[in-house]
Amino acid sequence: VPFSSRCCGPSSAGPAMNCRAEVLEVSVEGRQVEEAMLAVLHTVLLHRSTGKFHYKKEGTYSIGTVGTQDVDCDFIDFAYVRVSSEELDRALRKAVGEFKDALRSSGSDGMGQISLEFYQKKKSRWPFSDECIPWELWTIKVNVVNLANEQERQICREKVGEKLCEKIINIVEVMNRHEYLPKMPTQSEVDNVFDTSLKDVQPYLYKISYQITDSLGTSVTTTMRRLIKDTLAL
Amino acid sequence: AMDTDLSSQDRKDLDKFIKFFALKTVQVIVQARLGEKICTRSSSSPTGSDWFNLAIKDIPEVTHEAKKALAGQLPAVGRSMCVEISLKTSEGDSMELEIWCLEMNEKCDKEIKVSYTVYNRLSLLLKSLLAITRVTPAYRLSRKQGHEYVILYRIYFGEVQLSGLGEGFQTVRVGTVGTPVGTITLSCAYRINLAFMSTRQFERTPPIMGIIIDHFVDRPYPSSSPMHPCNYRAGEDNGAVYPSVEDSQEVCTTSFSTSPPSQCVFTVTKAHFQTPPPVVTDTLKVPVMGLAFSHQLSSSRLSYQPAALGVGSADMGYPVLFAGGLNAAHPHQLIGPGKEGGVPPVPSQPAHGTQADQERMCTPLEGVHYSAATPSSSEDTETVSNSSDGKCGSPHDLLETIFIRKVGAFVNKPINQVTMANLDIPFAMFASKNVELEDNDPMVNPPESPETESPLHGSLHSEGSSGSSTGNTHDDFVMVDFKPAFSKDDILPMDLGTFYREFQNPPQLSSLSIDIGAQSMAEDLDSLPEKLAVHEKNVKEFDAFVETLQ
Repeated sequence: VPFSSRCCGPSSAGPAMNCRAEVLEVSVEGRQVEEAMLAVLHTVLLHRSTGKFHYKKEGTYSIGTVGTQDVDCDFIDFAYVRVSSEELDRALRKAVGEFKDALRSSGSDGMGQISLEFYQKKKSRWPFSDECIPWELWTIKVNVVNLANEQERQICREKVGEKLCEKIINIVEVMNRHEYLPKMPTQSEVDNVFDTSLKDVQPYLYKISYQITDSLGTSVTTTMRRLIKDTLAL
Repeated sequence: AMDTDLSSQDRKDLDKFIKFFALKTVQVIVQARLGEKICTRSSSSPTGSDWFNLAIKDIPEVTHEAKKALAGQLPAVGRSMCVEISLKTSEGDSMELEIWCLEMNEKCDKEIKVSYTVYNRLSLLLKSLLAITRVTPAYRLSRKQGHEYVILYRIYFGEVQLSGLGEGFQTVRVGTVGTPVGTITLSCAYRINLAFMSTRQFERTPPIMGIIIDHFVDRPYPSSSPMHPCNYRAGEDNGAVYPSVEDSQEVCTTSFSTSPPSQCVFTVTKAHFQTPPPVVTDTLKVPVMGLAFSHQLSSSRLSYQPAALGVGSADMGYPVLFAGGLNAAHPHQLIGPGKEGGVPPVPSQPAHGTQADQERMCTPLEGVHYSAATPSSSEDTETVSNSSDGKCGSPHDLLETIFIRKVGAFVNKPINQVTMANLDIPFAMFASKNVELEDNDPMVNPPESPETESPLHGSLHSEGSSGSSTGNTHDDFVMVDFKPAFSKDDILPMDLGTFYREFQNPPQLSSLSIDIGAQSMAEDLDSLPEKLAVHEKNVKEFDAFVETLQ
């Protein structure tokens, strides 16, 4: 499955500001969705979070320390590193949980995508509201597969683990390009660039959204009923 | 106009960054191979000792080893810092798994801001290293270490040596950071042909012999396979290229300025100074230093329980190729690789080059020092110094080692058949125990195909893996012939293996035989429309049930 990246065109912010977009695709079993999403999102946020800024006089600032910790997955043969911040972890788990629930209740197809967007706020004068200008967009396309037996599940554990290793390497490749990052802000501008609401770390401003691909458009029960009747119509 | 020359303050800062980056890199790599989960806390107020704004613990032994290897120098072109990760089994065989390389190339970025951009990018690179150290195959191996094998690390400085990784090794790049004096590159080369053994079901035809041959080819001389083709001599051109790096306890309190960007204020406060050690500036001395390094390099055990492994001090360190060194003293090869003559006699002169080809260098066994590095660093167990012996234990010890082989599962010959003439195959735990003598060698005499293919054909002692036709994690090996665990056929006339073979193919259930099956199926089909009607009446209940499942 290819890992692609492309740049969007200039935004409305005036001088061209590219928003680079990276797309990752994974095929997982239903119970692996949460861990796989968290692994990818945490890896991205590890690279896009700094310590808390402390501004001092004369326009200088110091940066706090970011701790990290290992996370073992229960349903995937995989481990990843995340930033040591319970608040951040909670926020990601909440988003991923909603995504997983939406996937499950959507239909038997099990396709969707979750996006992590980093943006900057540009204050506008009244009566215009602040603009959110994205500068990096990560999209994870998920395809949920159903497996028939324990043996297939075991293989899936390992295969998804290997796939996630590849994704981590891809993410690190992108991070290493040292492409556009917002300028380090002054104290008055810091909330336009960073999320300063957490008490121990400071990620760039981000938002998570998702959409479910539901091509069937029908509920699970009607589909199953139809299936049973069709196959037994002898 | 841009000032293209690096100011002396910037130069000093850059050197300091590179030094501490190298030390932190080693810490991250070694800690990722300890076999435990790492957890450090975030702190919103800077503590002043967290380089690159990351909470990375400093294991003292590891810092000590790294500083020893660097010996006051910094990674430069042609002089890379390498962290070699290898695996050592409880029977004493070792194999290189990964080489992590911190290198410098000549591509300079003169315009980059040292105190600001370089620092932040080094921080980002360390984060990438944290992530990547968990995705190479050795991570999973290291998490399972302890009983059958341990993971060792070795730090060396000089030319990168990848020949120990076997054929087809893969490389992953962690990242690069451009600086005014060159571009820092961090990457990892890792062996792939052992990876599948611990993470996947064992396949029926792995290249076992290939692995052994791979590992025990003659080690090429160090200069023959460097990662970069040219051997850069920096000495004369740039004046004092390798200034001493002050060995001081430096506290890094970084302050950054936001206004305006061109006036970056960077302050590093130093907690206290120590007198700097003697300076190593003469690059022509490097080869000699390199050789000296080789004797000082230590192989540190991580999370290692001495009681669990081998016997005697001879077991420590480099068992296979050490034995090669004994060829000179003892005509009988005691422990050899799978093929005769795979290990050449050790040359009397140390190999040329700055590189420490450790297994060779250590044969003179002077000043070889082994230390244990455990996370708690509470003890320094198994500090084996062979310098007092002047040789690798005594041949007597090695003989004893052979005879005290444990007769474990899957070995069905009595212990007295294990003689000096036997070629002990390294990594035997990964190989079929039956392939010990040439006549049992499947490459020489192909085995008869087993009678039946059964899901239990692998180890009966399977560790939780599902019933596939192959083995399991630690005890993986190829079952050429079916010999069940813990069974000896010299005790009972009918042992477990025979029993199993006899009862492997029970007769088919009568209900599955075709005649009876067809009969009942016809009955079932007839009754179906009735049953369907009943179910359709109850459709609401079923729907409700399905709802509860969602």
